[in-house]
Amino acid sequence: MADAAFWLMALLTVASAVVVVHHDKLLYSAIALLFTFFGVAGLYIFLWADFLAAVQVVIYVGGILVLVIFGIMLTNKITTVNISHTSMQRGAGGLLVAFVLGSLGLMITKTPWLVQHAAEPDQTVATIGRLLMMDYLLPFEVASLLLLGALIGAATLSRREE
Amino acid sequence: MIVDYLIDIIPFAADWPGLVFVSVVIFCAVPVFLFIAVYALVAIYGELKVSSFMQDKIGPMGQGVGLHAGKWGLLQPIADALKLILKEDIIPTTADRKLFILAPFIVFIGAFISMAALPFSQTIIVADMNIGIFYILAVSSLGVIGIILAGWSSNNKWSLYGAMRSAAQIVSYEIPAGLSIIGVVMITGTLSMQGIIEHQSGFVWGILPNWIIFQNPFTFLSFFLFFISGVAECNRTPFDIPEAESELVAGAFTEYSGMRYAFFFLSEYANMFVVSGVAAAAFLGGWRSPIPGVLDTPGWGIMWFIGKSMFLIFMMMWFRWTWPRLRVDQLMSVCWKGFIPIAFFNIFGIGIWKLLIG
Repeated sequence: MADAAFWLMALLTVASAVVVVHHDKLLYSAIALLFTFFGVAGLYIFLWADFLAAVQVVIYVGGILVLVIFGIMLTNKITTVNISHTSMQRGAGGLLVAFVLGSLGLMITKTPWLVQHAAEPDQTVATIGRLLMMDYLLPFEVASLLLLGALIGAATLSRREE
Repeated sequence: MIVDYLIDIIPFAADWPGLVFVSVVIFCAVPVFLFIAVYALVAIYGELKVSSFMQDKIGPMGQGVGLHAGKWGLLQPIADALKLILKEDIIPTTADRKLFILAPFIVFIGAFISMAALPFSQTIIVADMNIGIFYILAVSSLGVIGIILAGWSSNNKWSLYGAMRSAAQIVSYEIPAGLSIIGVVMITGTLSMQGIIEHQSGFVWGILPNWIIFQNPFTFLSFFLFFISGVAECNRTPFDIPEAESELVAGAFTEYSGMRYAFFFLSEYANMFVVSGVAAAAFLGGWRSPIPGVLDTPGWGIMWFIGKSMFLIFMMMWFRWTWPRLRVDQLMSVCWKGFIPIAFFNIFGIGIWKLLIG
């Protein structure tokens, strides 16, 4: 059951990701992205990372995807639903992709992965909080400084010139 | 909880995981769906009656002979539901057909799966997750996508305007709602719904029940922030700018008819229950009795939880029929210049209070 559910999630993630790349209409790609995000959240749950799964849904579905759809709607007229994006140099690109895929696959199969049977942790959120506030405080603060800078920058840019 | 219980009682659960899946669908998903349907009928009747009484009318009464809406109009919501089922399903020819059909399902799924973490009593909760309250905040963002899709695929300018307004509004008001919940989590130290309610036992200040709303002045303010943001997230008046019938016909739902429209309607009512349920569980003690120790058994728990939620839903109806709607710019400035600063101040205040007073 767990195996079947895992393969279902993986299939959902990969299949919707393929639709994201290949669909002619930009909005359909965005909607397919919704399923990719949910698939990835599902994969997190298989790794006992329930908090991370919820964060994934909040940030990517509630934030980034809405932003993407807003972007699509604000840049086009309502009547032009078709936004086709054509790919060029399929041959060379395909070769490169095959090469990267092959080397990644080789890497995955050759690496001696550390396999362990992890038990279900009783506290995921508390552990994450303790790690962020004690062991990784500096990276956490640097990241928040970066986000603060981005916020101030966005506010400054969007402000109308007096 | 119910899921764990099912796994415990089903023999050979480990060997027959499919059986667990089927029984979860039968014993969790179907009852939740039936609950939403029955609750929606009650809430629609309530809305008709509340709106009428507030306008000094009597509402549906079912007078006369033959086919009528029952005593006091009790059958009115059933007649409405039947009418919606029997109506012709119209899809505009210029609409984006696939997305037009998909949109109501996405909106409804967003409301439906939130119900999985609502604690109806000590034992009746579909799944008491570690991250319960955060899960509800997370999956409720699915509704935005559905509304945007509905607006876009209708290929109608009013729909698109309504969808854009709705999305901007929901995304903005999620922030003060989430920040108010952070205050609750700081006090209880857990994200699990049952954990939050467990924390609210006994008395506070000598006489009041130890609900989070009464624990300190900042949480008192937090409750109102959360509830008003919740009303805005449900697109209810005075925040119903996305639907504003005098400006936008019916906003994102203009082109929908029959059952597809009914699903949007059902989702709106389900979302109202989710917001009220979270407010009741996080601030008003959930399934705990208002007088600690009196009528505090699991059976009464269901009554207290649904009673508190229904009271908050009545408050929403009260808002709707007494206040005019806000303008778009007022709506945004209330959120970004009023609610969000107050919410941050609240988090700070709750932290100081917890450090100094406890």
